[in-house]
Amino acid sequence: MEWNMLERVPVSEQEPAVRAANFEEVCLGYTEEEAVLEASRCLTCKNPMCVKGCPVGIDIPSFIREVKARDYRKAGDVIALASSLPAVCGRVCPQETQCEGKCIRGIKGDPVAIGKLERFVADRNREDGYFSENTAEKNGKRVAVVGSGPSGLTAAGDLARLGYDVTIFEALHKPGGVLSYGIPEFRLPKERVVDREIDNVRKLGVKIECDVVVGKTVSIDELIEKEHFDAVFIGSGAGLPRFMGIPGENANQVFSANEFLTRSNLMKGYLPDSDTPLPRGKRVVVVGGGHVAMDAARTALRLGAETHIVYRRSMTELPARQEEVHHAEEEGIIFDLLQNPTKILTDENGNVTGIEIIKMELGEPDESGRRSPVEIPGSEYEIECDMVIMALGTSPNPLIAATTKGLETNRRKCLVINEETGQTSRAGIYAGGDAVTGAATVILAMGAGKLAAAGIHKALSEV
Amino acid sequence: MFEILEKKKLSEQIIEMVIRAERIAAHAEPGQFIILRTDEEAERIPLTIADFDREKGTVTIVFQIVGAATLRLSRMEPGDAVQDFTGPLGNPSDFIYEDPEELKKKKIVFIGGGVGTAPVYPQAKWFFEHGIRTDVIIGARTRDLIMYEDKMREVAEVHIATDDGTYGFHGNTCDMLKELLRQGKTFDKCVAIGPTIMMKFVCLLTKELGIPTVVSMNPIMVDGTGMCGACRLTVDGKVRFACVDGPEFDGHLVNFDEVMKRMRIYKTEEGRAYLREQEGATHHGGCGNCSEKDG
Repeated sequence: MEWNMLERVPVSEQEPAVRAANFEEVCLGYTEEEAVLEASRCLTCKNPMCVKGCPVGIDIPSFIREVKARDYRKAGDVIALASSLPAVCGRVCPQETQCEGKCIRGIKGDPVAIGKLERFVADRNREDGYFSENTAEKNGKRVAVVGSGPSGLTAAGDLARLGYDVTIFEALHKPGGVLSYGIPEFRLPKERVVDREIDNVRKLGVKIECDVVVGKTVSIDELIEKEHFDAVFIGSGAGLPRFMGIPGENANQVFSANEFLTRSNLMKGYLPDSDTPLPRGKRVVVVGGGHVAMDAARTALRLGAETHIVYRRSMTELPARQEEVHHAEEEGIIFDLLQNPTKILTDENGNVTGIEIIKMELGEPDESGRRSPVEIPGSEYEIECDMVIMALGTSPNPLIAATTKGLETNRRKCLVINEETGQTSRAGIYAGGDAVTGAATVILAMGAGKLAAAGIHKALSEV
Repeated sequence: MFEILEKKKLSEQIIEMVIRAERIAAHAEPGQFIILRTDEEAERIPLTIADFDREKGTVTIVFQIVGAATLRLSRMEPGDAVQDFTGPLGNPSDFIYEDPEELKKKKIVFIGGGVGTAPVYPQAKWFFEHGIRTDVIIGARTRDLIMYEDKMREVAEVHIATDDGTYGFHGNTCDMLKELLRQGKTFDKCVAIGPTIMMKFVCLLTKELGIPTVVSMNPIMVDGTGMCGACRLTVDGKVRFACVDGPEFDGHLVNFDEVMKRMRIYKTEEGRAYLREQEGATHHGGCGNCSEKDG
């Protein structure tokens, strides 16, 4: 194979025109030969910068060394020491700003495709039916985990491996949190990837109880006092959607991205015979520029709509990953940048008929360092559309803080923790993920789950 | 899985079930709701709690067959189990936080319309258990649809109204309320639970009469925990989520017209799913009236 060592081995993807009409996974992943070839580009640095860039600290050069040697089980064991969700992370981590962003190969050429290699190893282990179930001897101590999203699954997996008896309480009817209700099938297949990784966490002895809304069905204090858990980890995420507060926002066919994606992913509304309806738009406007906006737009597109993304800043400020923006553009999503909605137009039955938009220009940098958008007076115009999806970010659900005495929160309603141990303002209660940081990424939540698991282990080992 | 312990048909389309759900029974209060799913494929159905028994660990629900999911639920029998049953969701009624001695000084009237009569019961029962007898108006279109009469008489003074006059007072719940006032009764507070249109008209009347009124909203919901915003409504000019801010609100401040428009969103889809459930695929009759291919 003719090949330039400075460039990464390309990965196959479904053709844009084909995938724009289906929900199958966009990226097809490496074949074995491609993976081994890409692995050979790793310089196995003595002082690997990539590991420093990984929020869960996977020993990246070691697992890649095993890929070079074609020992994929050993590669899987190396990853399992640090991560419970490799097939998920290999797909949804923003590697370009983490491990791959630090790769020495990236100084002159492409960084090693660490994410694609991690995915290859995880998929290969799954096809092989291989999963290391090694856990320490049971220590008789019990930990309750609130929420089965990335932070909860990671904390649970780590604690189970350390010998704890762990029960996860999930509010919805299906575990996975944002992996199940938020991220669409075409980016993260549910049965093949998410359900299997959750099964692996169960294989470590973790019990998952669905339909338990902690704070309603049972309180954290009851878990400690009546159900005798020695520690509790709160990984309840940031689930409350924001709206803009513009006229017409309660019109029919105006959705939060959370509702639209939950109907599609969790309730399987994208399938024609689903009980839960998911309306199909003809022209859909998605407001926002983050990951969730891309997911909502690409879902609406696949359901047959001409789809626009309206974002108030410019292309360079889009918070979504480059790969997703690129995929969205390839599929035919129209980006209406430097524009912001001012009102939603409706007919007499309250159905959406259009959206009024004002054009923006970039002004002085704001406190986030990004140039803040300023309205251009008189530049309003209308986009005719029959559906609007608001993807403006989410904030933590105040339920747990409101029903647990002595849990400190900050002004953004996020739980306050000790950054080194993950402990909240109450002994024995830990937290991590979006419930602490506000909406962030899967891997940062996993890192937080990992840190808290270590904090819990340290505290309970001292008792 | 949550076992169905009892099932009773209250009318042709209305069914009561008692479900074993210890944790929920231990925490439930009047005014709250649950969400259930019959099976792996089913929709999440929100239902206001009609009764609970902390000792037996049971929760009672009452539902009307309106779509595919409730039709499937209606076909389940004691001994069967529903896949998911979660709650208690939403906030309890405000009065449970009030001083019962203060409440004793107030005259309270409940208005239950149709299937909305069921969630009135745990509230009227709460007052009864705190030594307060309330008035309860039970309204329905016709005699066969009057429900919970005997249960309610055990805990409150009951007034029956039917639109067609086949039982009790001839008129709707608003007419019944006016009649009670005409008879010399006075009320300091009203709680109305029933179809949105009924709650709207009760509120128009009580606003005029100066009787503060609480309503229990049941808009479209998905998760029921504040995550999706499907259930949002405007109360006093502000956007609120029925699931986490309600379900009970000051009825004089609710924008009912917007609520009713939002409740019509899925009428066509619901109808299709219902027909699919009842008749299999036979409703794809090729009549050409369906505009969507995937319908």
